[in-house]
Amino acid sequence: MKYSIGKTVLLSLGLLCSGASIAETPQSGGTLNAVVQPEPPGLMLGILQNGPTQNVAGQIYEGLLRYDENLDAMPSLAKEWSISDDGLTYTFHLEEGVKWHDGEPFTSADVVFSIDVFLPETNTRLRNNMQRLESITAPDDNTVVFKLSAPFGPFLGVFEAGSAPIIPKHIYEGTDFKNNPANNTPIGTGPFKFDKWEKGSYIHLVKNEEYYLEGKPYLDDIYYHIIPDAASRSIAYETGKVDLLPGGSIENFDVERLLAMDNTCSSDKGWEFFGPLSWLWMNNASGPLADVRIRQAVSLAIDREFALNALWNGVGKVASGPVSSSTRFYDSNLPELAYDPDKARQLLKDAGYDGETLRLLPLPYGETWQRWAEAVKQNLSEVGINVELIATDAGGWNQKLAERDYDLAFTYLYQYGDPDLGVSRTYISTNAEPGSPWNNVSGYINEEVDALFAEASAAGDAEQRQELYSKVQAKLVEEAPVAWLLELSFPTIYRCSVQNPINTATGVNDGMRDAWIKQ
Amino acid sequence: MFRFIAGRLFKSVIILFAILVLNFFLIHAAPGDPAAIMAGEAGAADEKFLTDLREQFGLDKPLMVQLGTYVWGAMHLDLGFSYRQQMPVSELIWSRLPATLLLTLSAFSLSIVLGVLAGVKASARQGTWVDTIISTVALLFYATPLFWVALMASLLFSVGLGWLPGFGYETIGAGYTGLRRALDIGTHLILPASTLGLFFTAVYMRMTRASMLEVSRLDFVKTARAKGLAMKLIQRRHILRNALLPVITLAGLQAGQVVGGAVLTETVFAWPGIGRLMFEAINQRDYNVILGVFFVCAAMVLLFNLITDILYGLVDPRISVIS
Repeated sequence: MKYSIGKTVLLSLGLLCSGASIAETPQSGGTLNAVVQPEPPGLMLGILQNGPTQNVAGQIYEGLLRYDENLDAMPSLAKEWSISDDGLTYTFHLEEGVKWHDGEPFTSADVVFSIDVFLPETNTRLRNNMQRLESITAPDDNTVVFKLSAPFGPFLGVFEAGSAPIIPKHIYEGTDFKNNPANNTPIGTGPFKFDKWEKGSYIHLVKNEEYYLEGKPYLDDIYYHIIPDAASRSIAYETGKVDLLPGGSIENFDVERLLAMDNTCSSDKGWEFFGPLSWLWMNNASGPLADVRIRQAVSLAIDREFALNALWNGVGKVASGPVSSSTRFYDSNLPELAYDPDKARQLLKDAGYDGETLRLLPLPYGETWQRWAEAVKQNLSEVGINVELIATDAGGWNQKLAERDYDLAFTYLYQYGDPDLGVSRTYISTNAEPGSPWNNVSGYINEEVDALFAEASAAGDAEQRQELYSKVQAKLVEEAPVAWLLELSFPTIYRCSVQNPINTATGVNDGMRDAWIKQ
Repeated sequence: MFRFIAGRLFKSVIILFAILVLNFFLIHAAPGDPAAIMAGEAGAADEKFLTDLREQFGLDKPLMVQLGTYVWGAMHLDLGFSYRQQMPVSELIWSRLPATLLLTLSAFSLSIVLGVLAGVKASARQGTWVDTIISTVALLFYATPLFWVALMASLLFSVGLGWLPGFGYETIGAGYTGLRRALDIGTHLILPASTLGLFFTAVYMRMTRASMLEVSRLDFVKTARAKGLAMKLIQRRHILRNALLPVITLAGLQAGQVVGGAVLTETVFAWPGIGRLMFEAINQRDYNVILGVFFVCAAMVLLFNLITDILYGLVDPRISVIS
């Protein structure tokens, strides 16, 4: 009896300590077959920042830091770091003995070159993130010092491989970065080396035998299969040709069927850094939606629970406002985005909506989005709003949004862990000009919101930032410049024998460093 | 004969040029450009990012200048560069062409042989149960959407029975060479080729059947019968030979499409061919690739039309190419 109680306690302790403490010793060897969707345009992470590129090239290139699921910094190329008391100087100490895949040593000069010369040319996000950077210096081979001109709260959050990959100086210095032939044979410091890319078929990466972490990586090699049709990707998993489907690579309605298979695991972790949040753009600048009451009516008319359960299989959660719940400075006390058709009808009546037809652009990213647009059209027509669905492909969608030629449009955007990096861009007035489909497309202009975002960005103190961001979230929810829908989650599906594919807030993008296959 | 071919080739060049210019304007008329799409996939972009990309792709120049550059290049057989795929377009097309030719030519030969045989059989047994079965099956394949057949075939033979690979061109990572590799590609080919072939089989079957029945009512067939020739012989020598002409016309038209005609099959079966390349390029507004594939397709159609015209003369000597 005593023994069994002891055993129970031990067991529960083991469970409490989560997977890490009861995990077995990793085994080396084995090939991982994964899917990458769609085929990336290239693998040079310094030049291309789209999803599939990050997915594959995240194993080849590394950033200074990685982030855990709470978005706290973890070592990567930088093993330690310190911040001065005034919040203006950041000192990074680099891993020693790191080599580029061509055998050259990696030093602080590579970091300075990447952040100061290469990436400002090619990477929009880094360019914006480094606006307050005054100087970057390398006092010795293993130290890099960043000096800022003003405090910048999110600064420690901008160093993951997707936003700030470290690029080999010896290959790119003095060349035409975008047309350098070396872009086709990427050289990084990461756990896997580029081997072969059979266009239209697969990308092959092999183990970096000289990786600086003893014993890692565990896998011998990785094949990224390129399969254009979503149904065929499910079949590829079912027939055992691939063992890992990154989030979003199959249609949602196939998820359940695959999860029912033997030896199949899934995880919806690994998206915390991105915090994909979906919403309906509303054209605040012209038409009926310029009236705040009609915007509120649209938001009230949408049945988000239905969409979550019927279209997204209950994966993800109903959004509560402009900031995703995994992003820093999320305010959990916001009023719920309710489903209240009666109130919506009343608001429409008050606003004197005359039945003018609104043009709704679905997102051209597959079946689920198409069905969702139809569901929203149905919701809106129930309260008396006439909606016309405008079918477009990706090109047409981009152009219509960039030109503000729409009334309502689906979208989802990443938040990059901090409101200053991935939220404010959608609501500040300096981003309201037409020209790009990802800035303030709704054309929302509010001086108070501008001021709050600006103040929060410059505040060094987290508590102060929280206060400002709470204020701006409450203000935005009240004004409803867009109708927030769901915090999306894309489950990664994999054979249970694949261990640890997701270890950070960027998920499979850098997961293969620690992944191994149970033989 | 030589004058005929030379004349046709000359006309072909003019037609190709017209197609090139027309395609160029059609593609640029579609909303969205490659820079916007690439920026969209990156999830973030500012004006500088888009301007840089457009400058890199040469999209900042006036449309007529872009057209001039393209046509000048095409005249020197340079089809431009795909920034999306980071490869010269001609190299890209060249690398994808074998897979497409293998798939479509297999499907094409399969459907010609099967379709003509079944059509002959059905017409010989007109009105019997054999005819009914063949005609019904053909109608079924003719009416069923290709992608549905494709998915069902891979569900049945790949997921359900596990007999055949459900997608891809060869076993990735197996490192097969020589005969072993050919065999491997062959197994991968079975599902896509038969899926694609089924539809065309139905087309040729119906065509052959109708054409055979029509010819069999003509006077010279009656004469042959009156002479007491065996039915089998009459069918082969007299009816089939004449009945094949419309089938050749149709086959000629379709052979011209073998390059671009397999978009759906290639997509569902992840076959790394040119149809899929074109489909993806259209979605990504990869202008040079789209134009390049269209150009090659157009050239193929013209070439196969010429071959068909020459074939006519061989099948029926009364038709002369010179006329």
